[in-house]
Amino acid sequence: MLQVDIEKRLDRFTLQSKFECDNDTLALFGASGSGKSMTLKCIAGIEKPDKGVIQLNGRVLFDSEKRIDLPPQKRRVGYLFQDYALFPNMSVKGNIRAGMRRLSKAERALKLEELLTQFHLKGLENRRPDTLSGGEKQRVALARIFAAEPEVLLLDEPFSSLDTLLKLQLIPYIRDIISEFGGESILVSHDIEEIRQLCPAIIPIASGVTESAKDTETYYNELKEQFDDLK
Amino acid sequence: MDLYPLFNSLRIAAIAAVFVFFVGIAAAYYIAKTPRVIKGILDVLFTLPLVLPPTVVGYLLLLLLGPKRAIGSFFLDHFNVRLTMQWWSAVFAVIVVVFPLMYRTARGAFERFDEDLADAGRTLGLSNTHIFWRIRLPYCKQGIIAGVVLSFARALGEYGATSMIAGYTPGKTATVSTAVYQLWRTGNDALAFKWVLINIAISAVVLLAVNLLERPQRRRY
Repeated sequence: MLQVDIEKRLDRFTLQSKFECDNDTLALFGASGSGKSMTLKCIAGIEKPDKGVIQLNGRVLFDSEKRIDLPPQKRRVGYLFQDYALFPNMSVKGNIRAGMRRLSKAERALKLEELLTQFHLKGLENRRPDTLSGGEKQRVALARIFAAEPEVLLLDEPFSSLDTLLKLQLIPYIRDIISEFGGESILVSHDIEEIRQLCPAIIPIASGVTESAKDTETYYNELKEQFDDLK
Repeated sequence: MDLYPLFNSLRIAAIAAVFVFFVGIAAAYYIAKTPRVIKGILDVLFTLPLVLPPTVVGYLLLLLLGPKRAIGSFFLDHFNVRLTMQWWSAVFAVIVVVFPLMYRTARGAFERFDEDLADAGRTLGLSNTHIFWRIRLPYCKQGIIAGVVLSFARALGEYGATSMIAGYTPGKTATVSTAVYQLWRTGNDALAFKWVLINIAISAVVLLAVNLLERPQRRRY
């Protein structure tokens, strides 16, 4: 269970993000610059809200009144960056191992093998990120995230840097990964089609203010009707 | 031909380069985190020696380290050590003159760093120290190495501040650049010319190294 209720003053508006997510996949949907990514960064602890509370499975990650602000290292949040943020000076293996600081040496070797198989990265172990395709990079980034055993998945525009064909191939793949993960996943996207295929629930966000959660299909039909009226 | 000036120049430059490597990187890293006003002031202060005449730097250093000045007299009274006119006095001068080169190149390299990488590392549980040494520095490696080499090269040729704080004592404080001046002044043109050639050769090699280091590597990341 992830509970978010935060405020943060930004240049153009004040971010007011309020939602809950319980063992589910939730989409934050809005135009670019609407505060979607900032919300994820606040959950991960990369950015600090001005006030509010963030709780994950009963743990307080952030509470402005109690002056709690866990560092990102202690939040156990899996953050998939838009450009994947793979460490360019490390091999695929090195990148995945970087997420395993908590494990013992023997466990690491085992886990590495497991992740390489799970994410179809066998044979790419020693390659550098700049020699990988977009899809391969994404798989490495995901393997690295799971190496750190996160409690929540934050996916920041995971398909925005991929071409359409690859995107269509990867969506079912990501859907499987999310459902296998079983915990809370939050997808940030400006693409409603993408969201329809991945998330049953959607939270529209505009100028930094979140609406209440809606059923994705219902919301989609509403949107479509609005556009049909305009025609 | 007595090679002492070459040996002395090399050790002074090496010590200064090592010092400036650590302090320059630290300054470049921490200045990015300071508030804007302080950043502006510190940046001017750190870069000033680059544009000041080295003689001004030498003069200011003598104001601090001279035997009758605050720091100089302290060391003389308590440790019986004179801070000026030693071979290592030149290290102070060279560090101050060369520091801006290292600081500027390191800062430039750090500014090009993709902060998402550090953020990714933190969400994965990596400590900030680990991120600095294993991710940030390797990413900025080229710029930082170029900074050190450039600093070393400049350190080898430092004359103005060095001659003021260390003087010229053959076999003691003589460096390549002070030797060239002294030999020319005393009419020993032939020897001065040899040192000039040595100087040009070293500088050319170092600049070649800098160019090779700065050549953009294939990085589509």
